[in-house]
Amino acid sequence: MTVTAARTLTSAMACFVGIGLPSTAANLARRTHAPGLWMIYESGTLGAAPDTLPLSIGDGILAETADSVVSVPEIFNYWLQPGRIDVGFLGAAQIDRYGNINTTVIGDYTDPAVRLPGAGGAPEIAASCREVVVIVRQSRRTFVESVDFVTSVGHGRGPGDRERLGLRGAGPTRVITDLGVLEPDPDTRELTLASVHPGVALDDVHAATGWDLAVSPDLTTTPEPRPAELAALRDLTRS
Amino acid sequence: MILPLDEGIRELVHDGDTVALEGFTHLIPVAAGHEIIRQGLRDLTLVRMTPDIVYDQMIGAGCARKLVFSWGGNPGVGSLHRFRDAVQNGWPVPLEIEEHSHAGMANRYVAGASGLPFAVLRGYLGTDLVGRTGGIAAIDCPFTGETLTAVPALTPDVAIVHAQRADRAGNVQLWGITGVQKEAVLAARRSLVTVEEIVDELTPVPDQVLLPARVVTAVAEVPGGAAPSYAHGYYARDNAAYQAWDAIGRDRERFTQWLDDDLPGARPAGRKEQVNS
Repeated sequence: MTVTAARTLTSAMACFVGIGLPSTAANLARRTHAPGLWMIYESGTLGAAPDTLPLSIGDGILAETADSVVSVPEIFNYWLQPGRIDVGFLGAAQIDRYGNINTTVIGDYTDPAVRLPGAGGAPEIAASCREVVVIVRQSRRTFVESVDFVTSVGHGRGPGDRERLGLRGAGPTRVITDLGVLEPDPDTRELTLASVHPGVALDDVHAATGWDLAVSPDLTTTPEPRPAELAALRDLTRS
Repeated sequence: MILPLDEGIRELVHDGDTVALEGFTHLIPVAAGHEIIRQGLRDLTLVRMTPDIVYDQMIGAGCARKLVFSWGGNPGVGSLHRFRDAVQNGWPVPLEIEEHSHAGMANRYVAGASGLPFAVLRGYLGTDLVGRTGGIAAIDCPFTGETLTAVPALTPDVAIVHAQRADRAGNVQLWGITGVQKEAVLAARRSLVTVEEIVDELTPVPDQVLLPARVVTAVAEVPGGAAPSYAHGYYARDNAAYQAWDAIGRDRERFTQWLDDDLPGARPAGRKEQVNS
């Protein structure tokens, strides 16, 4: 999952990085095929190049290795909002068939079953990055017919919704899970299974999805991680 | 004005105030938060983009009536369990929440610091935050007609931040990840800055943020006042403490024990007697 996510990044990109799997994937990309990847973290570090994985978005190592450190208003107003960031990585507690994301509450808002951390930078990352990659483990609890709360807009309820709302980026172009990769159908905008990871059966993916998942006619098997990628990943996550 | 921390809190923070303790992972004014718990302040509206473990502790101790925020979690670890318990179960007191996105909160501070009633940003549209949070309104651009979002200015009664150092006149140097501290201080009516050290003369530092003495109400010297977060150039983040908090915060009894052990003299949540010194 992390290797597949890392492969979506190139040296030419500016990437808005969140902590956890997105940060691991971005740092892996920078250490393997994308040394020029420009990573920005919402704490205000532009062009961070940490030697080890940061433990939070405001880890001191990000500031020490950054091209520049700016204020939080500047990150959102000058860098994210005008569309200067190519790709944003997001996680999700729930995601629906149109790639809408919930990180706010499970259950009713005023009487939640589980209160989650909330929006953070995600709504504007989802609205303003040229494209969004979601990294999330796949299960029926997470992949739901309809999210309990729309924290970040994916493709709304289908074609034309993003444009109607005035959202500038393309929205989620890829959802990478531990089972496979989903991509929005160009016509319906519904998430469609584009590839399954090696050794994963199609039934497993259906069983882990809370809606009737469409499968691409061109379904492929995700390429295996190369030894060099695995070694870099192990090196990165050791300690 | 240079004051000891306890006096600074006593003079500047009162029951019912809107208080912003800012710090974006770096330079979190933890010692000041603990002093607020120790003084038993109540009914506070706590404001902060990223409430983390010190807000979890203040909420668990019953200081807060309301939380205004954009992301509440233990960074790199998981959930804030005292915050969750207050929202889901009203323990020890019910907690009203008003939630925004980071971009919304940052712009609310900018409006407050700019002396404007509201800020405009491109964001929020299509999210359920629009219906849930009162202070988010669609606004048409008078020039292009484009629909944007307006958010009201944040003007806390008190902003509290931690910085590396200040001089005796109260000029403050703060560098590294600067978050939204400058905006919070400029937006607030009163401000308290805790610092690692007070020096006779400030040496110039590249990338510094200087809060001139005229916008700072009081400075308190509190070495280590940001721990377990960190102060760039002084000490590193104590990641183990953030991890250890998960188990303490998860359990009401362990949390109450922590209050007794770590903040002796803190009044138990729910008791309302006033402390007059």
